[in-house]
Amino acid sequence: MIDLLDKHRPIADRIARMLAQGVNAVGVTNDAILSPTRAIIEGRETILAGTNNYMGITFDPDCIAAGQEAMARFGTGTTGSRIANGNYAMHQALEEELARFLNRRHCIVFTTGYQANLGMMAGLAGSNDTIFLDADSHSSIYDGCTLSGAKLVRFRHNDATDLDKRLVRSEGEEGGRLVVLEGIYSMLGDRAPLADFIEVKKKRGFQLLADEAHSFGVLGPHGRGLADEAGLEDEVDFVVGTFSKSVGAIGGFGAGNHPLFDMLRYAMRPYMFTASSSPASIATSLAAVKKLAAEPWRRDRLRENSARLFHGFKGLGLELGCDAVSPVIAVKCADEATAVAMWNALLAAGVYVNIAVPPGTPNKLCLLRCSVSAAHTDADIDRIIELFGEVMAAGHGRMAAAG
Amino acid sequence: MTDTIAQICKLLEPFNSNRITLAPDTDISTDLNIDSVTVMDFVMEVEDHFDIEVPLNVLSETRTIADLAKVVEARSGKARP
Repeated sequence: MIDLLDKHRPIADRIARMLAQGVNAVGVTNDAILSPTRAIIEGRETILAGTNNYMGITFDPDCIAAGQEAMARFGTGTTGSRIANGNYAMHQALEEELARFLNRRHCIVFTTGYQANLGMMAGLAGSNDTIFLDADSHSSIYDGCTLSGAKLVRFRHNDATDLDKRLVRSEGEEGGRLVVLEGIYSMLGDRAPLADFIEVKKKRGFQLLADEAHSFGVLGPHGRGLADEAGLEDEVDFVVGTFSKSVGAIGGFGAGNHPLFDMLRYAMRPYMFTASSSPASIATSLAAVKKLAAEPWRRDRLRENSARLFHGFKGLGLELGCDAVSPVIAVKCADEATAVAMWNALLAAGVYVNIAVPPGTPNKLCLLRCSVSAAHTDADIDRIIELFGEVMAAGHGRMAAAG
Repeated sequence: MTDTIAQICKLLEPFNSNRITLAPDTDISTDLNIDSVTVMDFVMEVEDHFDIEVPLNVLSETRTIADLAKVVEARSGKARP
């Protein structure tokens, strides 16, 4: 008999190597969460700099009150799918609020952000169609593409010319063409060059989906994401986003103007065959989306904090994931052992960041990925920079600085 | 060794960090010990070298260099008018 779990022995070896260096960096326990920017980890108060809590909204009193009220009035869970008994007025109210916020005619909410991508890819593309996805796409996009049964073509990251070449190669084939981009890429923090891709769209013709998971609430004058920032929303056919970042809850959405958009509700298995979001999660999301619209200072504050950390890291001579200021700031390390050593030293010194290693990263990079919050104070940002500096000075990150 | 296999082996060299001997029955992922993303990066090089398209969904059936050569030859043939 072949043991099914035998194939995972290399993972066990890799985890053992990590544990030999210190704490399990891919399974850290938060013993208490004190605020959007503080937790108790390993018995110490720690600055959180890797939570994707861009708006710092998770402890907002109005959002908490809305969630508590919804739980008291509507119960702990919906015990059913949106297409059965799990469709509450509040799910529709959230969809209407998001459609207003996004300036789109239609919006569908999902139970998680992961399912939003699974559902949208599989609902839009079928086995006769082709999905062209950026090489650095999030795993939820890859998995959604697989679920769709569509032909999958990967183009070089942020390279509109490379997409164009691949579109030409596939010309003459039947079926529709969906191109998938992200507003901000989660690992390196870089944005898609949207205008370049839209030029190709005008030339070749396809439908375009932008995953604004890390840019929703963050970029653009209205906080609608990269397309809003670039002034190109009319050219983006479909938008996907998540509630687990700037909205501070759990869930996701897809939106668009297509007259048949709502039919996707009956064509997306990750929407149909799972329970709908709990009343508390929907209510906090609704309250948070209203705040994103009413409180643009959060975006301004995030931008200032991001610039402060970016320039602080540059001052230390760190090699970063991208050259633009972004709420995702990734520090490149020489190899996995260096990344793990630096990560442990940072945690011991009082700051939590994400560790990101292949195959979860592009180009085999080993990263210490920071995400900035509007809730960070100037002192927090300065402390994060100071601790990175100390860890480097102690010799843990020499190779990182050298690149 | 066919010409296609020889060309694929050449394209595979930069990904062969353990310097194993490449043969038609070499399993691209497990024998070279490269992860799923690296396999996709390698296939992108194959696509550009032969100016063809190798959709990712075809890859799940493609394990060895010989398998890939078959895909490349079938797709190159298709591309010709």
